[in-house]
Formats: sequence, structure tokens, C-alpha cells
Amino acid sequence: MILDTLHLTKETLREEVEKMKSKGYRFVTITCLEIDEDFVELLYHFDKDLELIHYRMQVAKGTTMPSVSTIFFAAFLVENEIYDQFGIKFDDLVLDFGGTLYLDEDEEEVTSTPFCRYSVKRK
Amino acid sequence: MSKTIIPFGPQHPVLPEPIHVSLTVEDEIVTEAVPAFGYVHRGLEKLAEKKDFNQMIQVVERVCGICSMIHAMCYCEGLETLMNVEVPRRAKLLRVIWSELHRIHSHLLWLGLYADAFGFESVFMQFWKIRERIMDINEATAGNRVIVSVNQVGGVRRDLSPSQLKWILDEITVVEKEMKSMESTMLNDYTVKKRTVGIGVLTREMAYELGASGPVLRASGIAQDMRQLKYEAFDELDFEPVVEQDGDCYARGVIRFRETMQSIDIVRQAISRLPQGDTFVKVKGKPEGEIVTRVEQPRGECLYYIKANKTKFLDRLRIRTPTFANIPPLAAMLPGIELADVPVVILSIDPCISCTER
Repeated sequence: MILDTLHLTKETLREEVEKMKSKGYRFVTITCLEIDEDFVELLYHFDKDLELIHYRMQVAKGTTMPSVSTIFFAAFLVENEIYDQFGIKFDDLVLDFGGTLYLDEDEEEVTSTPFCRYSVKRK
Repeated sequence: MSKTIIPFGPQHPVLPEPIHVSLTVEDEIVTEAVPAFGYVHRGLEKLAEKKDFNQMIQVVERVCGICSMIHAMCYCEGLETLMNVEVPRRAKLLRVIWSELHRIHSHLLWLGLYADAFGFESVFMQFWKIRERIMDINEATAGNRVIVSVNQVGGVRRDLSPSQLKWILDEITVVEKEMKSMESTMLNDYTVKKRTVGIGVLTREMAYELGASGPVLRASGIAQDMRQLKYEAFDELDFEPVVEQDGDCYARGVIRFRETMQSIDIVRQAISRLPQGDTFVKVKGKPEGEIVTRVEQPRGECLYYIKANKTKFLDRLRIRTPTFANIPPLAAMLPGIELADVPVVILSIDPCISCTER
């Protein structure tokens, strides 16, 4: 069983999310998962009347993504979490913890990506 | 008036778990609230790489003690769908019974803490006294008071005998009676209303846009409850979401009070419909594919994303818990309120930091 998802790119992300908001969808969360040494996948989940819609996109590790927290404020927390765990940085976050949502600034782990099997050094 | 920054938490009398909120106040009025986390993060999702998918049931139960049974139920339901397992009807109804008992004791725990937050200690003691009956049921039927650990992929690991079912019905009747005796105090008392009505208002539009879930969402007039998805045995049970319109702390309290009564009714319905039969089916093979499952925990919508690759270890387990969804609404609720109301407003989302940090 593979999840029924719609395709998304970095360039079309904000536009699609704006569309979802105007159609009355509620932001649920973003799921990040590691694909291989070089790529992660981001799944954006939206809900309307108990029906979920999922958007999927693959991005290279270390990519900086546009934040959707300016569209859905609720996204700021999960975007910060993904930066902490997978090292994907989000631009224009409404509340940017800078990689220290869970991790201490002084801890060495901040320089790595603890939820990746293949860890990459943060830029 | 100059700005003052006041740290709230991570250790505070109203907080059973650690969260820090940096409050900017001007003349006793909060103008900005910035939450901070990281005190109890355990990386439980990552454990899916080291524990096999059956062992992970015990792990997800420990994401949060108070809704442990519902975490495991959501996880097992996802795996059962991936593995094409048809769970026996009796097992589904037993899951409903234990999950609603969890909702009752979670809401009773919260009602007590909430009363304590605004200084009504006798109400706090009464709710926790009532809660003990549910904890005793958990202990007698599953061997544990909090983490009942009844779920397995394919059904449940324990059954309820006719005498246990009769005893549960007797006990929840007493709980219902005791709740009714608390109703006028909790819903009409001057002190309760003075500290909660019109405080921490979240409008319907804000609740929806900020992604609120559970009682926080329903207290703002939106009738959304994951039990409407009719998971497990909810397809044959009478159920309507409890909704309030005002979106304040009082409305969130009313929702949880009424949901406790509703859960008692659901337990009764589930027991009356409980068929004879098996409580589990033997499951062979390994899960493959990806799935999203959602259930309604006491604090709201919980989402599990599972990706499996036909080995005993999952590729990815992602858990979006209800408190995680209710943090942005909380950050929006706090500005504009008096400093003295902050503890009540924070408690009104029923924050579970273990869930949030997983």
C-alpha cells in the first residue's frame, strides 16, 4: 500500500499551500523521512471535513526550503523540529529556533542530523 | 510602561511536565509568549530503527502514559491495515472500552489539575477521588493502572469476563453519579466562572487556521472528532462530537466534563454490543507500504505515519500528537491576558509535554 499523494516542488510549494488554505483546508503536519544518503522526502498533510490530502516532494539534504509558517502559523513548530532532526532549514520562519528547538546550543549534536541514518554536517 | 520578560516554567506548580514559556509583559498584561522545549525529548520515533515492529507497541505506549492505550491502538491499526489483518469484532469493542476508560481518567485528571490551577483544591481532590475507580478498573482488567498494554497487532492481549463487565458497568454508574454531583460546582460555581469565562479566547477562525485539535478545537465551535472516522467499532456506536461555542477556558472545561459523561455512555454501548468470539487473530508476515492513521486521544487528534519495507524494522514512524498541534493556538491565546491568568490558560489546552517531545 502506497499513500495517495500529490506532487510538489520547492518552487510550487507556497503557491499550492496558499491554494489549500483558500479552499478551506487545515494544516495538519509535515512528515520528513530519509530516502538515502543524499535525499529526504517531505510529506505535507492537510485536512478538510476529516479527509486528508498529502503532498510529497523529495529534496536534497542540506536544502533550504521556503517556510509555510507565514501561510499557516501552525507550521512553525514542525518546521523547527525538522531542522533539529533532519537538518532541513526553512526560510522566513515566523518563529525560528535556529536548530535549538529540542537541542541545546552548546551540545555537539546540533552540528549533525540525529534522525538521519546517514548524518550530514550542518551548514 | 516598560516591558518585562518573565520566565514561566519549566518548573511551575501548575505544570506536571516541563515546558518553558517566555512571557513579555507590560503592566501585568502579556504582550508576547514564546514557548521553548527540549527538557524531556527522548527520540522515540528513532527507536523504530532498533526495535522490531512488535516491540514498538511497548515504545509507543510510553510516548504518553495518560493516553498510552490509544497510542498503541492507533499504531496497531496502521500495521493491521498494511498487513491486511481483519481484527475480530470483540477485539475492536474491547479496544473501544479500554480507550474510552483512558479518556475518562485523562479528563478526570485534567479536571482536578484545572481546579487546582485556579485554587479550588476541594474540587481537585474530588475529581481525583472519582478517577481512582477507573484506575482500579485498569489494574483489575489489565494488571496496570496507567499503561494497560492490551494491544497487539491483530487484536488485544486480554479479555474481559462477564463478571468483570458487570463490575465495570457498576463502577461507571457510580462514576456517573459522582460526576453529576460535581456538575453544578464545576459548571456554575462563581469562583470557577470568575477564573475561566472570557479568558484565553480562541475564536472559531483562529482555532481552525492555527490547527487546533481535540477539546480546544471543539470548544471553539468546530464539530471535529476523529471518532467520526468510525475507526475500530465506532461504526456501530452512537456518537456525536461535544461542541461549545465560546472558545474560552470555561468552554474547554465544559467540553471535557461532558466528554467524560459521553465516554461513560460509549463504554456502556460497547459492553452491550460485545459479541462472543476471539480477541485476536494470529498475524504472519511483515508489514510493507506506507499509511497514515488517525485516532482521537483525550487531548485531540493523533496522527501516525508508518512506512514499512517488509522487514521487522520500520523505515519511518512519525507521530503527530495533539499537544503538538495545540502549541501554536496556545501561543496565540496568551497575548492580551493578565499574567495571573497564564497558568489557567496554559492548563486549558491540557498540555502533554511527553507527547509533544516524544
